[in-house]
Amino acid sequence: MSERDTCSCQPVEVLLFPCSGGSNVGQIANAAAVRLTREGKGRMYCLAGLGGDVSGIVASTRSAPVRVVIDGCPVGCGAATLRRLGLEPEVHVVVTELGIEKTKNFELPSEQVGRTCQAVAERIPQQSA
Amino acid sequence: MKIEVLGAGCKKCHALAELAERALKETGAQGELEHVTDLKRIMAYGVMATPALVVDGKVKAAGRLPSIEELKGWLAEEPRKE
Repeated sequence: MSERDTCSCQPVEVLLFPCSGGSNVGQIANAAAVRLTREGKGRMYCLAGLGGDVSGIVASTRSAPVRVVIDGCPVGCGAATLRRLGLEPEVHVVVTELGIEKTKNFELPSEQVGRTCQAVAERIPQQSA
Repeated sequence: MKIEVLGAGCKKCHALAELAERALKETGAQGELEHVTDLKRIMAYGVMATPALVVDGKVKAAGRLPSIEELKGWLAEEPRKE
């Protein structure tokens, strides 16, 4: 096997953890993480894997320089999941704090997803984005 | 004890494999060391970055090169199989 100089050795700079909860704002958080990943602003990862204590996901999260939690509402399940592992998110955005009301209608207007993306992008440290 | 080093085969991956071998020797632990380069097997662990170290199915580190002391500690954590 030949030795390579480059591979996926560097941890992903920005990991995105949307709460993906059971409301419009939870799903707006999820949609925002998808959009930010597609735009190259970070990489969506698996909050459920942290909750389930999946060792590979926990270890990768520990080594990430910037952990972004996008919670739908002030209940803050995403941030609480990281804190349970002794990790503090470097960036924490709560969708309801962006003027978006929590409902159970599961409507995800593109403008609201965009507003969430903008709030996250503005808070990611510049050298990491 | 089964130790797997996950990584496609760059310098850091090889360095981790060498470090794991050294930790095994210095602790006297009985273990089988495997360098996993197959992407599907690596992805099955859910790791986002390599190199990664797996001890008996549990990922101990990912995306960084742990210290020899850390490695020895992880080998000591796992129950010895006689």
